Amino acid sequence: MDFSGSAITMAAMAGSEVTDIAAALRQVLPPECVLGRPEERRPYECDGLTAFRELPAVVVLARTAEDVRRTLLTCQRLRVPLVARGSGTGLSGGATPHPAGVLLSCARMNRVLEVDAVNRLARVEPGVPNLKVSEAAARHGLYYAPDPSSQVACSIGGNVAENSGGVHCLKYGLTVHNVLGLRGYTVDGELLELGGAAADGPGLDLLALAIGSEGLLMIVTEVIVRLIPRPPCAQLVMASFADVHSAANAVAGIIAAGIIPAGLEMMDRKATAAVEPFVHAGYDLAAAAILLVESDGTPEEVREQVQEIEQVLRGAGAGAVHVSGSEAERLLLWSGRKNAFPAAGRLSPDYYCMDGTIPRKHVGRVLEAIEQMEDRYGLRCMNVFHAGDGNLHPVILFDANEAGSWERADRFGAEILELCVALGGTITGEHGVGLEKLNSMCVQFSPAERAAFFAVKESFDPQGLLNPGKLIPTLVRCAEYGRMHVHGGALAHPGLPRF
Amino acid sequence: MSEGDPSIIEGWRACVAAAASRGTSLRLRGAGTKDFYGEQLAGEPLDLRDWRGIVDYEPSELVITARCGTPLSQIEAALAAHDQFLPFEPPAFGADPTIGGVIAAGLSGPRRMFAGAARDFVLGTRLLTAQGEQLRFGGQVMKNVAGFDVSRLLCGSLGILGILTEVSLKVLPRPRLERTVRLELPAAAAVAAFNRWAALPLSLSGAAWADGIAWVRLAGAPAAVRAAREQIGGDLAETELAESFWNDLRHLRLPFFATGSLWRVSVPPATAPLDIPTKPLIDWGGALRWYADLPAHVPVREHARSAGGSALAWRGPAPESRFHPLSPVTAALHRRLKQRFDPAGVFNPGRLIAGL
Repeated sequence: MDFSGSAITMAAMAGSEVTDIAAALRQVLPPECVLGRPEERRPYECDGLTAFRELPAVVVLARTAEDVRRTLLTCQRLRVPLVARGSGTGLSGGATPHPAGVLLSCARMNRVLEVDAVNRLARVEPGVPNLKVSEAAARHGLYYAPDPSSQVACSIGGNVAENSGGVHCLKYGLTVHNVLGLRGYTVDGELLELGGAAADGPGLDLLALAIGSEGLLMIVTEVIVRLIPRPPCAQLVMASFADVHSAANAVAGIIAAGIIPAGLEMMDRKATAAVEPFVHAGYDLAAAAILLVESDGTPEEVREQVQEIEQVLRGAGAGAVHVSGSEAERLLLWSGRKNAFPAAGRLSPDYYCMDGTIPRKHVGRVLEAIEQMEDRYGLRCMNVFHAGDGNLHPVILFDANEAGSWERADRFGAEILELCVALGGTITGEHGVGLEKLNSMCVQFSPAERAAFFAVKESFDPQGLLNPGKLIPTLVRCAEYGRMHVHGGALAHPGLPRF
Repeated sequence: MSEGDPSIIEGWRACVAAAASRGTSLRLRGAGTKDFYGEQLAGEPLDLRDWRGIVDYEPSELVITARCGTPLSQIEAALAAHDQFLPFEPPAFGADPTIGGVIAAGLSGPRRMFAGAARDFVLGTRLLTAQGEQLRFGGQVMKNVAGFDVSRLLCGSLGILGILTEVSLKVLPRPRLERTVRLELPAAAAVAAFNRWAALPLSLSGAAWADGIAWVRLAGAPAAVRAAREQIGGDLAETELAESFWNDLRHLRLPFFATGSLWRVSVPPATAPLDIPTKPLIDWGGALRWYADLPAHVPVREHARSAGGSALAWRGPAPESRFHPLSPVTAALHRRLKQRFDPAGVFNPGRLIAGL
């Protein structure tokens, strides 16, 4: 494939002086939308992955699509990199600024433009928080299904950039399954409309390509999301297991019984112990692992399904099985799961959340391997995960003030991801690659595959101005990582077939 | 040659290299059941059926991986043995299409609005490129956001970016129960009703209208199907009649489709009947409208465009192109992608877009 990854980075680096950029932007945007002073730019130096920080040259607070277009044209003219940002809750450094570039915040573009209840869709601006979409649709009995744990804050634009998931993906899909169309601009400031209210369109599926593209292909100014009817009833079944293997087998058992639950989550003892004092959800702290299994639908349907789920769980060796008795209790049980990361923050000065996906059958094996790694790296790791999707979120606890602690956490995380790849999985299920997992991309993809990604990038953004240096590692970077980790003989699980 | 014999891929690699060096092109072909589909057929045919067989299928993982030449019937039989299925109900237009052709065409059947489209079930692919390299995108897991989603880009690409050698698809358990009700309704009332019902939690799995009759299929847990039936009303269709209707709709075998020319119009589902002088057949709860034997002067594309949709000349004479024309910006992106992936223009030239 014809590509030149390093050229992309070089072109992006050749920026102008900071003052020139701010001045040029102030000529086309209202001055109050352009932040140039360091103290104004400081709040934008990182996203949810705080280990990576860069002060952007300039921050633009876009209010309209036209602001976005003008910012793009200015960046294009000055050959300055542009990094888009929603709410900054991302966990992979996808919105880490470029030191010589513009950080474009879309947080002020936060209007729900239209709720079309008849066609069951909403048109929203990218800065709208995820949960606001469902709130806007609620009076029609409709909602937007993807629900990342950060849904109170995270923006739809960010969800599109990362192809975000949530706890209900197995039944309701990821962002890519729930976004019907995008409107935005190419790097040249040309209007680009992908998909739309109609189900099918001509040509290649560029909509699917744009979703999860981490701001490397276009800047989105409007999103058409699919709304679905809110199920009238939902119940949560909580089951305790004496060992993680039985819990993992119960997950497979539920699927094998022909049940697709609305949610299917697992937490290990370290995770329940972390959240219970904080949330008082009523988790069984004696259990090695608990499963949370949600059923939704009509009341009759839920009653039938809950019975079946209970039966499978008991058959798989569950100790206690508890069914939520009220909506309040159901939400309380979920809140423990959704607050797992904040709880980690109470246990430890710092934590590092991973996001690998594996075939479900390997869950027990991976959790055991992680336990061994804890000893080797001298760090604790709690595990919460979307068991139905095989999407693990090991949370590594460390103290950044302790010398070498972050480096150990980083290596620990990378080893978990390498194991995921070795078992036929992936280095990121829903958080994205960003800056964080560039090295792991070298493990998952061959040089020719990475070249194909660059080919896609260059088709949209030949000069490499949009979020440069993210998502796709260069050949040079992978060679360096390879020297460090592979040829040094330190590659984990060398005996396992890679693909 | 045995299933999965690497020499098959070696042979294709040699064909691709030879075509690139001679400046000729290849016409990628499975069972040839969709030869009619697309803008044009050009190039030396390359039969992809030898690379066949199910590579991996574990029912509890909800994933099946198969080589491109695997017959769709083989995949559906393997899934049926475990009470699972391909929820996008890919249409077949003749004797046994291959799974590679199914995904390259990216077409979906009556369940599309309720379960998802072909692309929604694509988890991973392998691609043999113009440079002779075998690339792997996505994987066999439900969630995967590492790198661009090239697998979904390949779904519906009609082979213009390379040879799809293997696909991994998400599968689902078959619904416990399916029932179909029929109601006598005019088209406008049927479309309105379909969209009213789709906004309620009613476990629909199909909603079509043909010749004055609305057909509504309900699928899921028996309790849910019963509850939905009560709410919708209508007459319960006999199982055999219902099954043959949905099958014939899926594979375009209903008498409606036995015509010379056929337009396939995709619009937002609740769009009122288009001002077109013949009766359509409506599928996808209103989102898909077929028109048979339209007089040439009817501006179908204009109607589709003004409703916010697009029109595909499925069969018969096409105006300027079969597929709805792309905007200049989108067309330019297509050209650049094609140029990067297949600079010598080896694969299926002009099949998806004229001149590409």
